[in-house]
This record gives sequence, structure tokens and C-alpha cells, in this order.
Amino acid sequence: MDIPSGSPTAGRASRAPGMARRFLRSGQVRLGVGLVLATTAFALLGPLLTPFDPLRSVSMAYAPPDAAHPLGTDNLGRDVLSRLMAGGIHLAWMAPAAAILGVGSGAAIGMIAAFRGGIVDAVLMRTMDVLLAFPGILFALLFVSIVGPQPWLLILITAIALMPGCARVIRGATLPFTASEFVLWGRAVGLAPRRILVGEILPNVTSPLMVEFGIRLMLAVGLLASLSFIGYGIQAPTPDWGLMVSENRSGLSIQPLAVVAPIIFIVLYTVGGNLIAEGAARVIGRTEGKVR
Amino acid sequence: MRTATRTSEVATTDAGRRRRRRGRFLLLRLLQGVLTLLVVSILIFVATQLLPGDVARVILGDAATPERLAALRVQLGLDLPVHQQYLNWLGGVLRGDPGQSLVTGRPVLDMVGVRLVNSLTLAGVAMLVMLPLALLAGVSAARRRGKLLDRLFLGTSMIANATPEFVIGSVLVVLLGTTVWPILPPVALLPTGQSPLMHLPSIALPVLTLVIAGGAYLARLVRVSFIDVMSSEYIQMAKLKGLSERRIVYRHALPNALGAVIPAASLVAAITIGGIVVVEYLFAYPGIGSLLLESIRSRDLPVIQAVVLIIAASYFILNFLADTLAGGRDRRA
Repeated sequence: MDIPSGSPTAGRASRAPGMARRFLRSGQVRLGVGLVLATTAFALLGPLLTPFDPLRSVSMAYAPPDAAHPLGTDNLGRDVLSRLMAGGIHLAWMAPAAAILGVGSGAAIGMIAAFRGGIVDAVLMRTMDVLLAFPGILFALLFVSIVGPQPWLLILITAIALMPGCARVIRGATLPFTASEFVLWGRAVGLAPRRILVGEILPNVTSPLMVEFGIRLMLAVGLLASLSFIGYGIQAPTPDWGLMVSENRSGLSIQPLAVVAPIIFIVLYTVGGNLIAEGAARVIGRTEGKVR
Repeated sequence: MRTATRTSEVATTDAGRRRRRRGRFLLLRLLQGVLTLLVVSILIFVATQLLPGDVARVILGDAATPERLAALRVQLGLDLPVHQQYLNWLGGVLRGDPGQSLVTGRPVLDMVGVRLVNSLTLAGVAMLVMLPLALLAGVSAARRRGKLLDRLFLGTSMIANATPEFVIGSVLVVLLGTTVWPILPPVALLPTGQSPLMHLPSIALPVLTLVIAGGAYLARLVRVSFIDVMSSEYIQMAKLKGLSERRIVYRHALPNALGAVIPAASLVAAITIGGIVVVEYLFAYPGIGSLLLESIRSRDLPVIQAVVLIIAASYFILNFLADTLAGGRDRRA
């Protein structure tokens, strides 16, 4: 770092790691991170360990659980356990990818809007307002029917759906710092705006960013799974948790496990994201319950 | 005496200035809202234009001659430049005539009308059930803050809050529709032309899904704002004055907590509108959400455009209300 000495930021460098440690000391955040990591590990390793081919019928449809198929079979007689193990991988990489992309771009827009102010602020935030007028699912439905259910498109659309809310929050979190001593100092000594944003402002909004990431991860999982469920996400016959719920709905009264098993994993994943958000919010002293 | 009048004068001019500022703020917001909706309508039109598939060919089938295709395109106005088509469509929408369905040939308004009433009924009943329940749950939890009931409430509402609508709905179907205790119909099929209100058991599960999805969030907000109000100075003052707990809660705390909850309720209504597509699909409910999915599948552009515009507009307006009601100050600041 070649920041001139005597800057008002001296001694602040240790702050971000301290914050991370404080987050991880919170039981809620720990439980949330644990849940997300556990579901992700299951989803990533699962496809390698499936006892049966998740695409092949091995028995009659909706067979109840037995020794060979501990979770029974699904609507086409495929092993539910194998499909469960193979069906989380899309969610496991697409949801974090969308959340990182959405929170990253949203945070950048929010910080730039707050920092530049004036016309830049107005243009950026009114654009976010337009995006906010679409429920995420509507947006996704339209574009998936235009382009087709490509993974990159699903990620992009989910990220765009997550971006405006995040931009608003981060803009709000940035505003108090735009007139703070160290930003004024940075402007006065002629630091590049990028340097001020990344070096001075970013470390101060890491806490709301953490909360945002938790919420947006939860929303990304929900949106992607919902899209699979209504047939506009991952396509059959690929195993996918959201898709499994809709495929096996007609057999609910005979073989509820084929629906309940993927549901449990989706809930573990979203609850994990929400716990991270709530725990982080509590650590930084935002009131409980205002998370969404 | 003099000072008293002086201060009241100052107060009135202050209040007047504040009212003027608030008026200007609302006017500005309204203008912004209209502009946003205009941009939204352009986006919807462009997006639907990009949908693959030639509309004329969809209607006439593969056997149609090029002449007939060309004639139909002229008839539908598809030969005009895109901006002309957009203006025609927008003019129609504003006059209350968003065109005709390409699939059934019926006016879009007729097709959307019934479905819209069904969806509004579903969302309306859900909100009517949700508001008192959320209020009751939030206040009860707040009054037992930190106790077992409160923690139980925080845990369950956190899980409900994190769970996507289709999962909540599916769990309800397992619990009350098919497997555990089948007392309610798992699908919400309605006889055509009959109000959902005549078939309350049929809509019970979709309503319950929306109530749980939105209510968990709302109840948490009620709890927080009630706790905020109860720890405020003037409630402490009322306690010191020796007012009864009942009187404090119902006459003083509750009305104030409600002030913070109303914008949130508007936000929850917006979330409910967003969730309606999935919930209607899950329960095969004949509303605009399922109409949207049907018309996307059959490439019925005018219907898609109308439904997306309705959902986006109501979603936007409710969000906008939430923003504006939040004390009249710009929440985005």
C-alpha cells in the first residue's frame, strides 16, 4: 500500500478481519455457514457416489422404500436417493454464482451511486427502480422462454433480479461515509475514485455486504428452485431438487418421500443463507426480523 | 402568553413548509413512478417481441402459403416498424383494449378479466387472513420477548421466511392434502365462471401458502416495531404514570406500532403478487399466474404482454406505496 502516511485511515487495516471473526463467533452465522457448506458438500460429492444411475428406471414407479432403495423410487421408477444425491449440483454452484454476481454488481452500483451523487446517482438508482418493478420470477420466465433454459442465462437473470435491492441497501450504507474525513482526505490528495471506493469505502460496508450476501443467497436458491419447479429451469430428465418436487407430485399419496427428500435439502440450503444474514445483521446491530 | 402564540406561529409555518416539502416529494415520486411504468411497458413489449416463433405461422400453421402469411401480418400490424407497433399497443392498453388473443381470437380483456378477479380474490383473502394473524403473532411474541414462545416464534418464522413458496405449498399438500391428514383438496380447480369465494375449501391451501409465506415476514416486523415502541420514552412515561398495561398496549403502543407496519404490509402484498405465479401453478388455480404460463407456452403475445404488465404494474405500485408510506421520507436515502 502506497497510501501516504498520516492518512486518517491508518490503523483501520485490521478492521475487516476483526469483523469476520466477530461474525463467525455468532452461533447463528456458524450454524448458517455450516448448513450451507454441508448442503453444498452433499450436492457436489453426491453425483460421484450415487448407488444407481439417476437417469435409469430400476423398479416400478413410486415403489415404497426397501433395502435397495432406502428412499423408494420416483414417477419413472428411478432411485430417489440417487436422484437426490445427483440433483443438488446445479443449485450448489448456480445459486452462489448468482448471489456473488448479483451482490457484487449491486454493491458496485450502490457505492458508485452514493459516491458520485448527482446525475450518476439519479440515473443508476432510477434504473434499479425499473428492475425492481419486476418480480424476479416474471423476469426469468420471459427471458428463459426467449433464450431457453441455459445455465448462464439462469445465473444472469437471477443475478439481475438480486441486484437492485442490494444496490439500494449498499447505497444507503455508503452514504454516511461519502462525507467522512478519510474520503474527503482521499479526494483532497487526489486519489483515484476507484482507490477511494475500494480502499476506503469498501472496508466500511463489509458488514452490510455480509448480510446482503446471506439474504441474496437464500433468494437465489428460492428463485432457481422455483424456476425448475415450474419447468423453466433445469430440464427433465436431469435430476434436480426443484424439478423432483414437481415430477413426483402426482404420487404424493403413495410415495411422499420422493417429494419430501428434495424439499428438506432445499430448506436446509435457504435456511442456511437466512441464518447467515440474520446472524450477521445481529452482530452489526441491525434489528432482528428486518431481514428480507 | 405571547411566547405561546409565537411558538404556535412558528409551528404552523414549520408544519406548512413541511407539508409543502412533503407534497413536492410525493409529486416527484408520482412522476417517477409513471415514468418507471412507461419504461417497464417498453421493456415488456421488446421482450415479448423477442420471443422466438413467427406469430402468423403459429396462427395459420405450417401449411399456410406465403401470401396468406403476409396478409395476416398486415392484418395484425406486424409489418409496421416496431416503435409504431409499440405505440399502437400502448394506445390500446391506455384505452382499455390490449388487443385480441392470437390463440382463441377473443379479446384479451375478456380472457384476463376473469383470471384477474380470481387472482385478486386469492391474494385478497390471503391478505385478510394474514394481517390479523401476523399482528397477533408479532405482538404476542414481543410481549414475551426472550421467553420460550418468543424464541419458538423467531425460529419457525425464520424458517418460513427462508422457504420458497412452492416448498411451503408442497409441504402443506403433504400435511393437509394427501398424506398425513388429508382434509383439504390438494388442487384448487374451480368450475368455470364461479367465484372462488363459493369454493372456500378449494382455495384453502393456496391461501394458507401465501399467508405463511408473507405472514412470517410481516409478523417479525410487527414484533420488532412493537418492541421499539414499547421501549420508547413516552411508553415508559405512561408506565410511570401508572396506566394499566392493557391501556398502554391497546391505546398507545399498538396504534404507533401499526404506523410502521402499514408500509410493510404493502411490501408483503407485493411479495404475494410475485409469489402468485408459482402458487397458482402448484395448485392448478385459474388465475393470471397460470394464464401467464399457458400463454407463454402457446406464444400468445398479446395475453403475455397484458398479464406481465398487470403483474409488474401492481407489484411496482405496491412497492412504491411501501416506499412512499414509510413516513414520506425517501427510504432510499
